[in-house]
Amino acid sequence: MSKLQILTKGIIKENPSLILVLGMCPTLGVTTSAINGLGMGVATTFVLLLSNIMISLVKGVIPDKVRIPSFIVIIATFVSIVDLLVQGFVPALAESLGLFIPLIVVNCIVLGRAEAFASKNGIFDSMLDGLGMGLGFTLSLFIIGACRELLGSGAIFGHKFIAGDGILIFVLAPGAFFVLGFVMALVRHLQNRKK
Amino acid sequence: MAGKESSLWKMCLVLTVISIAAAAGLAAVYEVTKKPIEESQNRKRAEAINKVLPGFAGTTETVKVMPPTGKDSVTLNMAYADGQLFGAAVETYTDKGFGGAFTLMVGFDSEGKILGTEVLSASETPGLGDKINADKSDFSKQFAGKNPAEFQLKVKKDGGDVDAITAATISSRAYCDAVDRAYQSFMKAKEESHE
Repeated sequence: MSKLQILTKGIIKENPSLILVLGMCPTLGVTTSAINGLGMGVATTFVLLLSNIMISLVKGVIPDKVRIPSFIVIIATFVSIVDLLVQGFVPALAESLGLFIPLIVVNCIVLGRAEAFASKNGIFDSMLDGLGMGLGFTLSLFIIGACRELLGSGAIFGHKFIAGDGILIFVLAPGAFFVLGFVMALVRHLQNRKK
Repeated sequence: MAGKESSLWKMCLVLTVISIAAAAGLAAVYEVTKKPIEESQNRKRAEAINKVLPGFAGTTETVKVMPPTGKDSVTLNMAYADGQLFGAAVETYTDKGFGGAFTLMVGFDSEGKILGTEVLSASETPGLGDKINADKSDFSKQFAGKNPAEFQLKVKKDGGDVDAITAATISSRAYCDAVDRAYQSFMKAKEESHE
């Protein structure tokens, strides 16, 4: 696999939320608006990148039987560091993302990539993989968030273009499943047509 | 691969080293971000006090009061101007919100008349319950200038005087609950300071 393929496979071919169906909790939970989806995606990308680099660095010394706890400790540490840094230096971002950052710990994409890729590959490849997966995750969260905001509150990035409310069910939990289902079906359809 | 066999000693050693490194990293970041986080929280609180006590210039004194209802104590910033009680900015809470607990800052004059209310943190549904925020609807503005002694802090559906947000009665009820808790605590604090 070429370096470029490692970077781009996470965006469509192995998109974490639409194809691998990992990390459903943030995908469904935080995508009530485009900006929330984008923010969660960027924060996750950052953690993915750091944890993939770190895990590929220490993979040689971690015994197999304790690899999962080791990965979890490393990931949780990075999440807490990101959380503290955001709170301390970008309080405006912390206000809109505050709830979501600690949730990255339980996002199975991060552990999934650590286990499936970073623990078997070199540091540069792992970095590309983390970046690519993060971008794919950000993209799908952004699309789902934008659809839900558009239909549910008649706005995009907080700018309302209709008076009153939209189709409110799209901002509520069922709307998350509807939109995710349709986006998944669309991606599948496009992939099948390409074959 | 060399170094991958899982002997008990090795597992303990690796996990211990990783945990110590994680703890050291976190401690360092915590030390660096401690001051900025505190400062941004203090700034946020000061801004909220200014918003709910318009025209106030003086000193505040923090007291904690156990409200007659509710599980936790409420923090009151008693405001004094020229040695006289000007009013108070009360950090109140409710656990009846649709998205869990939320916190408000409520300003009172010395008589108990509401001067203003401000959401500190809330996770109400976007498009519905988040209209408790002043920039999303006029709901929170109806409280200013009312004295809870004659203004029933209940939504009209429950026989009170508050206009609820359409389709977000639970959030509206919770808001009233929080404002009422602030009022009760302020009255209690005033009584205690006279004794």
